[in-house]
Amino acid sequence: MTIDEIIRKIGDVMVDVFDVDDVDVTAATSADDVEEWDSLSHIRFIITLERLFKIKFLNEEIADLKNVGDLARVIQAKLPA
Amino acid sequence: MFADLAWLQAPPADFRARVKAVRAALADGTTEERLHELASVRLDLNQLGALASTVASFLAVAPATGPLARVRLGLIGSGTLGLIEPAIVASALRHRVLATIVGGDYGSAVRDAIDPASALRCAGIDLAMVALDHRTLGLDRPQLAPGAAAAAVAAASATMAAMIDGLAASASGGVMVATVVAPAEPLFGSLDAVEDGSVAAQVAAFNAQLVDWARAKRIVLVDVARIANAVGVDRWHDAGQWHSAKLPFDPDLVPLYADIVARTIAAVRGTTRKCLVLDLDNTLWGGVIGDDGVDGIALGQGSARGEAFLAIQQAALALRERGIILAVCSKNDDDVARQPFRDHPDMPLKESDIAAFVANWGDKATNLRAIAAALNIGLDSLVFLDDNPVERAQVRRELPMVAVPELPADPALYPRALLAAGYFEAVAFAQEDRARADQYRANAERAAFAGTSDMAGYLASLDMAADFRPFDAVNRARIAQLINKSNQFNLTTRRYTEAQVAVLEADNTKVTMQVRLVDRFGDNGMISVVVIDTAGGDGRWDIDTWLMSCRVLGRRMEEAVLDQIAGAARRGGATTLTGRYIPSVKNKMVADHYAKLGFIRGGDDDDGSNGGSDNGGGETVWHLDLATYVAPDLPMHITSSVA
Repeated sequence: MTIDEIIRKIGDVMVDVFDVDDVDVTAATSADDVEEWDSLSHIRFIITLERLFKIKFLNEEIADLKNVGDLARVIQAKLPA
Repeated sequence: MFADLAWLQAPPADFRARVKAVRAALADGTTEERLHELASVRLDLNQLGALASTVASFLAVAPATGPLARVRLGLIGSGTLGLIEPAIVASALRHRVLATIVGGDYGSAVRDAIDPASALRCAGIDLAMVALDHRTLGLDRPQLAPGAAAAAVAAASATMAAMIDGLAASASGGVMVATVVAPAEPLFGSLDAVEDGSVAAQVAAFNAQLVDWARAKRIVLVDVARIANAVGVDRWHDAGQWHSAKLPFDPDLVPLYADIVARTIAAVRGTTRKCLVLDLDNTLWGGVIGDDGVDGIALGQGSARGEAFLAIQQAALALRERGIILAVCSKNDDDVARQPFRDHPDMPLKESDIAAFVANWGDKATNLRAIAAALNIGLDSLVFLDDNPVERAQVRRELPMVAVPELPADPALYPRALLAAGYFEAVAFAQEDRARADQYRANAERAAFAGTSDMAGYLASLDMAADFRPFDAVNRARIAQLINKSNQFNLTTRRYTEAQVAVLEADNTKVTMQVRLVDRFGDNGMISVVVIDTAGGDGRWDIDTWLMSCRVLGRRMEEAVLDQIAGAARRGGATTLTGRYIPSVKNKMVADHYAKLGFIRGGDDDDGSNGGSDNGGGETVWHLDLATYVAPDLPMHITSSVA
């Protein structure tokens, strides 16, 4: 799956997780851009992504992510080739 | 079954749009029932959160009372409760409770409970819940020195007692306390159960203390430990989530946990269900009583299938023993439906166990209304158990306040699906409860049944597609099987062997039809067989055989079949259709079939072509003038290759 495809799927998930409609997700999108993205909804976000992509994150993998692009790269590395 | 709330349907694809529609019209008077309906499916954490935020918006404009009970719950617990709170609010809707949750401050559980000036205790709560884990209670490490384990348990109990007393002073409705889930990791192994100093033994001793308090009515128990056992403690405790986010258990299990809490709130507030309404065929026994007879249904020891149906009946009886009312709602002739209750030697349920027994050919939503009226209880007190997804969908659509569990394909799992759902959660049991089911039965015997239902909208929603074609070799065996097995919806009960069906197929004086029906729930298979004799003369076609599957009753398939017959007859130059009803022991339900379709009754022995002198059995003959026949507007798509 390409980074762009993963980002698109992440964008779909964000609608449900953050309960927002008008979110234009790019690689540069971060928690600063989405008002509803707080520490609690972040937990739901991670859990939802794990279920969608059928992966499991390690804490250290997601501790220092800056934006959706970083997240997509972590996901891509975990997906079967 | 438990972890995925398998008794609930999957959410609709447009769940989010439906939530937004409710948000857009919060004050329109139907919001509470719509919220209840939206919550009555299997929701994930995000969907639960979306519903909870809708509840919060609604509460700002909601009237003081409504169809759902109002509860203001103070919640105190270990770790991060931010995922659990909205999940409880949304799940409470499922149990007909509109909840507000006042959460404690992170890490200050004990103070929130015992300090009369804490924000939580000053928030006007009417119910409280404490859910501490082994860590917060100091029961998370072995205590192997003499007396140390007892001291640890005593300290945990003292802390809890102080919290309970503090909360009880501010929450007039009571204090709910969760049992503690011991970690899966052993210290000694099996000896943990024996050695007081193990974590497992400390937790068990603490939980026993909670049970004593519950027995003394000091608390309402929420037995989280039992639910954790049901799904597996290995799964329950998620060390990674605790370390990273202080989530007290696997977040995938939050929907289940929230439902357990919600059903307990419902039990405290009296919104749990009172009555279990049972379908009969393939729900209480295997097979169709009208076709298979008392000797032919699967029920009783000796076969896995028979034992499975025995088990669901025993589960229903056990519910009755604790005061749950039982009712029957079945598409059957009344006397046929009662036969197994009277004559089957292995039938645990008796007619006297059933408070309201409704067997007829009407739709189930109408009959459920009648049952609720007869028992003088609300529709929101009913649970409806039926193996047939079409019946379940009709009831859900028309009566969203009735609880309708999904059932797995294997009847062996019916009891668990029914009981895991927690419809009948209770916080107390009194001996008087045992007599309650009898009282309702007596009351019901005075009531009568009536009602109608929005059938047209329901049928349109089924997306039915019917396919008509002549007999053919591929389907010959199935056609012959239906001709020989169908008893109830069978106008003439004429039996033909497979070889005779082949002759009918080739006979150009016969018009034959096999009918299939597909709807949005799947393929119903072949649901009707028709044979028409066109050789009678005088522009008359005789319906020799007309049978249908009872599964599709009430879906206007009779009219669709007639429309095809009439169309074929007109194209064939006929002016009159003639049908006959030959009574049998089992086909009483179609005695008025032709009358309902607009046929006029003729002389009952006026038939020349079929040797139809009066056979003494009450045969009736009916005619339809094709010049006056008007094709109905039917709620289905038709594909046809009938000549």
